[in-house]
Amino acid sequence: MANIPQRIIHEYLRHDKKFPHVWCAGCSNGIVLGAIIRAIASLNLDRDDIVMVSGIGCSSRMPVYVDFNTLHTLHGRSIAYATGVKLHKPNLKVIVVTGDGDCTAIGGNHLIHAARRNIDLKVILINNNIYGMTGGQCSPTTPHEAIATTAPYGNIEPDFNVCNLAMGAGASFVARTTAFHVLEMQGIVKDALEHPGFSLVEVVSACPVIYGRLNKKGGAPQMMKDFRDNSVPLAAVDKLPPEKVEGKIIRGILRREIRPEYCAQYASLVERIKDKEADNG
Amino acid sequence: MQGNEAVAYGALDAGVNFFAGYPITPSTEVAEILSVELPKRGGVFVQMEDEIASICAITGASLAGAKSLTATSGPGFSLMQEGIGFAKITETPCVVVNVQRMGPSTGMPTSPAQGDIMQAKWGSHGDSPSIVLYPDSVKESYELTIRAVNLAEKYRTCVILLLDEVIGHMREAVRLPDMANVRVINRIKPTVPPHWYKHYDENQKYLSPLASYGEGYRFHVTGLTHDSHGFPTNKSSEASEMMERLRKKIDYNIRDLVQIESHQMEDAKIAIFTAGITARAAKAAIAMARAEGIKVGLLRPLTIWPFPDDAVRKMLRNVETVIVPELNQGQLIHEIQRLTKDKSDGNLIPIQRVNGQLITPNDILRKIKEVS
Repeated sequence: MANIPQRIIHEYLRHDKKFPHVWCAGCSNGIVLGAIIRAIASLNLDRDDIVMVSGIGCSSRMPVYVDFNTLHTLHGRSIAYATGVKLHKPNLKVIVVTGDGDCTAIGGNHLIHAARRNIDLKVILINNNIYGMTGGQCSPTTPHEAIATTAPYGNIEPDFNVCNLAMGAGASFVARTTAFHVLEMQGIVKDALEHPGFSLVEVVSACPVIYGRLNKKGGAPQMMKDFRDNSVPLAAVDKLPPEKVEGKIIRGILRREIRPEYCAQYASLVERIKDKEADNG
Repeated sequence: MQGNEAVAYGALDAGVNFFAGYPITPSTEVAEILSVELPKRGGVFVQMEDEIASICAITGASLAGAKSLTATSGPGFSLMQEGIGFAKITETPCVVVNVQRMGPSTGMPTSPAQGDIMQAKWGSHGDSPSIVLYPDSVKESYELTIRAVNLAEKYRTCVILLLDEVIGHMREAVRLPDMANVRVINRIKPTVPPHWYKHYDENQKYLSPLASYGEGYRFHVTGLTHDSHGFPTNKSSEASEMMERLRKKIDYNIRDLVQIESHQMEDAKIAIFTAGITARAAKAAIAMARAEGIKVGLLRPLTIWPFPDDAVRKMLRNVETVIVPELNQGQLIHEIQRLTKDKSDGNLIPIQRVNGQLITPNDILRKIKEVS
């Protein structure tokens, strides 16, 4: 019998039920899924304790494929559902997989408030700059002047910098990477999983079939090369002349700070009240 | 005690340990009381960023094993509709309390109205049978809150409790029962090993066991049409199975779900059919009319959805005239019309009011005298 190499991801996929997946050839979602799984495996987390929550969109189809507790919710609302899960069972590791439209348009309100609360959710935001599932409409991260089916003459709106948005709202862990930088992505996801507080990881990713074609990006391999050539690690930013940084994707952990986490705050509130009640009683 | 207080204490006595909500008059007291009481009991109170987040958070918490509830009013109830549909299709227990106010839109904050009767049934897109309860007093607000939580757990669905603004804010002397006498129903937990578990087990009379996240079952939940394991499907056979299951779990248990009060109906020639605060006005009108020798009675649904078809058919057989007073432009009356086969429309008399004022006993008495 042929010696078929077993890979770690196979242990975490619901292989018997849900494949083939819905993603197009060249899509970055599978790369992100692989990185998430390897990060989880590297931490040896118990899969019974992992809840993967998503909203609506291409990336949000991810939970159905993985053998965790999984919750595929409404468009934009994954963080709100995840908040309920996490608050009731803070021991669970709650990962939210979302896209740019899901998280920063319809779900923007939940994103900023979860970041403000610093609730320990791990938000993996796969940013492909477009609504893929509905066929290529403009999203809040579609670049200025880029083409979308609802911006046929070029997008006149400025785009969100989602990491700045999350930091402005108070997220305690914020990082950016690209679908090309797979090992970096795995490391960042691992760091996010270990961080005690609201974590947002933006993965700049490729939608070659829709965004790429509309904007003549040259196909999946070329888009990957562009991520390689048009991004700069945070550590190098200060060493490079400004013209080499201008317009580039800055990669790395942009913020990592410890501040009170919401579930922990709630637990200490409960303790305080119980003590007070006991004193009174 | 106030109606909203009764809801809060009913929720606690039913075992609710998770509340997520957003302030809105006339329901806010429910949130305020639970923000005091839940932390004392180790439960969770969280004020979310809006009503959409609130329904989502209570649904997520319920999947993690909580007994959860939220409270709102019309505008918030409208915002929650998509989430209510999600809780229903995913068969996740939770309770939404809607202390109704006059709409549409911001309407008259916060005058009473009974305008959400149809929204409570049809508010979310797609077909999704509903369980909706409707108390007429502070005491009954307590009792029906417990019942709402119990039914949510038993039938694995989002149960709605409709209050009138005046019930929510009315104060009445109430003696709450001993906790020993409160019947609390908890969801059935699976007894099979994880690899045998079906999140929607078709073999359990539509009342299937429910695992929680973090217990080793690792099930999938989706708002997509799904198979009995919870995985999305495009097969029409599996889609019909799922839709039938949602319908049958209500239809096959109608006797358990329907609750109705029949007041002085034994010899009645005229029946009044209404719910909530308007039923109290009707009772006062009946007392006055009976004093003048008019045989009139009241049929009052405590469960408004599923609709008490059988009781209404029986009523229609036995009386000559039905008066339907309601604080809207005609919602309950259409259900009575639906069940009216042999009678002419002349015998079905509406009293409708949507100006922020209640329908008074005298309004109803006048109509009784007109038709008697």
